[in-house]
Amino acid sequence: MNDNPSTVEYAGRSPEGMRAGLGRPGARPALAPKALQSATTEPAWVKWTLIGIALAFLALFLFVPLAIVFAEAFKKGVGVYLAAITDPDALSAIKLTLIAAGISVPMNLVFGIAAAWCIAKFEFRGKNVLLTLIDLPFSVSPVISGLIYVLIFGLQGWWGEWLRDHDLKVIFAVPGIVLATVFVTFPFVARELIPLMQAQGTEQEEAARVLGANGWQIFRRITLPNVKWALLYGVILCNARAMGEFGAVSVVSGHIRGQTNTMPLHIEILYNEYQFAAAFAVASLLAGLALVTLVLKYLVERRVRAQKKSAEGRSE
Amino acid sequence: MLFTRTLLKRHSVLPGFDLALGFTLLYLSFIVLLPLSAAFLKTATMTWPAFWDAVTAPRVLASYRLTFGASFAAALMNSVFGLVVAWVLVRYEFPAKRLVDALVDLPFALPTAVAGIALTALYAQNGWIGRFLPFKVSFTPLGVFVALTFIGLPFVVRTLQPVLEDLHKEVEEAAATLGASRLQTFTKVIFPIISPALLTGFALAFARALGEYGSVIFIAGNMPLVSEITPLLIITKLEQYDYTGATAIAVVMLVSAFAMLLAINGLQAWTRARQGR
Repeated sequence: MNDNPSTVEYAGRSPEGMRAGLGRPGARPALAPKALQSATTEPAWVKWTLIGIALAFLALFLFVPLAIVFAEAFKKGVGVYLAAITDPDALSAIKLTLIAAGISVPMNLVFGIAAAWCIAKFEFRGKNVLLTLIDLPFSVSPVISGLIYVLIFGLQGWWGEWLRDHDLKVIFAVPGIVLATVFVTFPFVARELIPLMQAQGTEQEEAARVLGANGWQIFRRITLPNVKWALLYGVILCNARAMGEFGAVSVVSGHIRGQTNTMPLHIEILYNEYQFAAAFAVASLLAGLALVTLVLKYLVERRVRAQKKSAEGRSE
Repeated sequence: MLFTRTLLKRHSVLPGFDLALGFTLLYLSFIVLLPLSAAFLKTATMTWPAFWDAVTAPRVLASYRLTFGASFAAALMNSVFGLVVAWVLVRYEFPAKRLVDALVDLPFALPTAVAGIALTALYAQNGWIGRFLPFKVSFTPLGVFVALTFIGLPFVVRTLQPVLEDLHKEVEEAAATLGASRLQTFTKVIFPIISPALLTGFALAFARALGEYGSVIFIAGNMPLVSEITPLLIITKLEQYDYTGATAIAVVMLVSAFAMLLAINGLQAWTRARQGR
């Protein structure tokens, strides 16, 4: 059982290795490399001008905005910074953000696995339509993502009166915030899993099935190890968006301090009250989260690529 | 014979299809399809003239002009500089290249509200960058453009990178052998190959910018008829309890978003075809 994947992988990799090996011995005479290089690369001055333009553009629109968050956060000293992030309203905003992400990420994780299982492992009609529908939330404006829940659960909405009669609150309360967050982060896990699982095919699962494994065993022992890095990748992206969502949550939250404010909404309130140092202090926490996300993404990305490569090599 | 049998078996031997598809459809319907249909059903209760008036009021038209115009300009800016960034990251070696490459994704990871206040502070008249500029950026339509450029930046770079990586060096060598200069090779050989991907990246950045809210509202100044984007107008209407008015504008935005989605799907199919996959 354990031997199988590695031999398959080896077989998949070997043509690549052969191709690379073929080119090496004696294929390039001593003179050729230099002549070839100048024909397919640019002169040094063009190269460095382009690098300069690229870095200047990125600095202006990415690096400096990131730096100013931390600079403004600590502008009035560490004391003000600590006071801003330990303020009761800030703490309750942090708590609500963690709750919203803590519910929406697992929900979309379960959905992502279910969607990837039926789309990648089976053939059925309407698959392409389903794929498009799963991506739909990405093309909807965050503001509209919030609005549609107001239309259903708001006081004037479809179920508004029923909810009021039963003393239930969705809009301007935590459930609405969770729902809006689930909507905007809906496709993240599914869209990472589906292409990888499609590339991996069904042979390993079928082999396990023939050997008598049940569905849960197949999933846990075969599929899950094969997709774990892509799964983690999707969860990282999903979580980052869940914690940072602003527009959708802003529509459904009602901005009640200490109750329905998430971290991004708390930043907005502080900013509009001209408490810039405090706003940037809370913002620096989210910017830190973004940096952690990028580091994790960078570490996991290579493993996802390796898994995808080995899957493609296998199917060739 | 055996091959056909395994092919047929492939669709039947694995368990869990009904459960997985059932759950997927149920969840999709409750979270996405039903709520989205609410927007269209709400609009259906309006008479046609009322709908038309709501979506073509002067203030609404001004917001379309700003939203679509600034999104287009920002996507164009990202196409030009995104191409340079992608090219530099794929083709050249320079210090801290990996760090730069990883940071390109920052707009995906940084919450929009944080980006919004950072850009506002930066481009304000006394800000780090704003003080060197002879014109105002923050609190003008130009600010909207800056924010939309920020959030659209990774789309072009990340769409182009894999295509540039897959370019076969042999093609460029052949062009050089046939006497093409480096510039000719780029404009006549490389650019046609990557242009579908460039267009896809442009469309993705444009589509994302159309709906953007968080990063824009801080820097825009939000003056009606001047620097008020359409998503903000939807929120303004909601705060005035004008639910039908807000939904009518939302439907216009949804329809444009779906049109963009279709266009992007078509472009991506074209990109794959061009790459011979």
